[in-house]
Amino acid sequence: MPLNRRTVLLGLAAVGGVSAVNVGAFLGAGGWFTPDTLTTSRFVDRFEQVFGKHDGFRRNHAKGVSAAGVFTSNGAGTALSRAALFQRGTTPVTARFSISGGMPTVADANSTVRGLAVLFHLPDGAQWRTAMVNVPVFTDRVPQGFYERLLATQPVPGTGKPDPAKVAAFLAKYPETARAMAVISKSPPSSGLYNSPFHGLNAFRFTNSAGDTVPVRWTMMPEEPSQPMGAGAAPGKDYLFDALVAKVMQGPVHWRFLITVGEPGDPTNDATTAWPANRRQVEVGTLTIDSLQTEAPGNARDVNFDPTVLPDGIALSDDPLLAARSAVYAQSYQRRTREPHRPSEVQVGQQPSGPRITKVDHEQ
Amino acid sequence: MSSEPTPTTTPSATPAPVRFTRVARLLHWTMAVMVVAILFIGAFMVTSVGDFRFLVTVHEPLGIAILLFVLVRIGWRLTHTPPPLPPGMVRLDRLAAKYSERLLYALLLVQPLIGWAMVSASGEPIVLFGSLYLPHIAPQNITLFADLLRAHIAAAYLLYLTFAAHLAGVLVHTIVIRDRVLDRMAFWRAPGYGSEAPPR
Ligand code: HEM
Ligand code: HEM
Repeated sequence: MPLNRRTVLLGLAAVGGVSAVNVGAFLGAGGWFTPDTLTTSRFVDRFEQVFGKHDGFRRNHAKGVSAAGVFTSNGAGTALSRAALFQRGTTPVTARFSISGGMPTVADANSTVRGLAVLFHLPDGAQWRTAMVNVPVFTDRVPQGFYERLLATQPVPGTGKPDPAKVAAFLAKYPETARAMAVISKSPPSSGLYNSPFHGLNAFRFTNSAGDTVPVRWTMMPEEPSQPMGAGAAPGKDYLFDALVAKVMQGPVHWRFLITVGEPGDPTNDATTAWPANRRQVEVGTLTIDSLQTEAPGNARDVNFDPTVLPDGIALSDDPLLAARSAVYAQSYQRRTREPHRPSEVQVGQQPSGPRITKVDHEQ
Repeated sequence: MSSEPTPTTTPSATPAPVRFTRVARLLHWTMAVMVVAILFIGAFMVTSVGDFRFLVTVHEPLGIAILLFVLVRIGWRLTHTPPPLPPGMVRLDRLAAKYSERLLYALLLVQPLIGWAMVSASGEPIVLFGSLYLPHIAPQNITLFADLLRAHIAAAYLLYLTFAAHLAGVLVHTIVIRDRVLDRMAFWRAPGYGSEAPPR
């Protein structure tokens, strides 16, 4: 075919077409043409919409304190998983206590969900990261439910309470959340962070050295007696954290690490449903927290407690929350690491008791 | 540089064309597939609530594989003379081809290193496969992480644009100018393209 005006124009049109498809596909992969898809950015935007944007802080569990200690394994876990953590011996941990919600200076409240996140530093650079909460089941089965619940339960200006109509519509759409809330209301929170149980809730799979795999969930059970919260005088703004600081100043605080082994038929993809109470539980060792630190560069403040960071011997289940948590935590981490940081509400090392206002007075 | 031939000859009249060596062609197409894949995986994974974690476990080893390939490729390129560009190519196109290729090599070398350093700075382990971990090549520091993340995103988009321009350039030459520039990198039997560029 000779080169003429027509073939050149056709050729250029073909090149333009291929390039347009190329660039279009790339932008499409980045979510440009699908504004209704729930992307990680949109998920994190929802936290900011509901809780406000607080530079440098986690988009959820924003208020917290860094901790350190060790895990002492009794060796019993090796029957379930070949992860080095379960060999008899000790493993250093970086941890973080938190309360849920995206407001870093919110006042502590009994009903607010409490968190304990742990990073086990295994030999040879391997890690296990887990983030647990004090409630016995999770409120949502699927990520979309969590996303919609954030908005449906947002307090309305004026009443300070969620709009009952929105909540009802939400619960009708996600009945598993209504069932989970009923279960949660039957186990009232303990009097402090130091005597709270913390549950992993999502199911995982453990594989031992023989290659046998079982579904598991886990719980940190406090050694301090779990008293229910007493009705007393109005507590200080950070009373949960202040009591934790006071306790750890007196000496190390311990939790027994319990692994619950699921049986065939137990749901592994539904964190809103507890497994039957008679499931085998294996006590694999003790978590000891012996120091707390104000959130600062290099400590737990800067860790993304992504529950999908697992060592060999522990693997993900089919729970859809796990993949979502990894994606959303990474996006929250991306944003907070790029922003300026302000001091955290919970300050360790000052006199932990007494109303905070006196401390401010001292500083002035 | 006034000795450039003017683009008046028809492509089939081009004398004794040579193509890249078999190894160079193999490296080129393997890397092309890997790089296009990692760019699309990267852009998609950071938006995906359901597939982020799985795709990261593909993205990281794939990126490291690209790093190894580009090292081999740069070594090959330095020890072998590439075939000369078609004589009909105008000066601007030659410069564009030369510098876009250098930019591609540079980006393919730097981008995986940025990714590796970025994950190191976050403190997260980097799993190659199974329980084989890569060492960390940067200290754990979130400010460094944030800077490297910005760099990783910028380099990714620059790499993508360079690739898109490279593709469009080759297509213009192949479909519009028809100087058979694509045949130099092709595996098909192209008449007249029997010989390979000699070792340097
Ligand atoms: C799809 C469901 C979930 C979403 C979207 C979500 C979202 C988030 C986000 C955005 C953060 C802040 C992450 C960071 O910046 O590092 C966070 C932290 C946390 N989440 Fe979740 N979460 C989900 C499910 C869960 C579940 C099931 C649990 C408990 C079993 C949990 C417990 C925690 C804890 C304890 C923290 C604080 C971790 C820390 O101290 O760094 N979350 N969550
Ligand atoms: C030629 C090699 C590579 C290319 C072209 C590439 C490209 C990309 C792209 C396009 C993104 C999405 C950026 C955005 O829009 O946010 C991305 C993200 C990412 N890349 Fe790479 N990458 C490469 C190598 C690597 C390597 C070697 C590693 C680690 C070992 C890595 C780790 C990551 C991580 C962790 C993210 C997600 C960041 C986050 O969301 O936290 N990449 N990459």
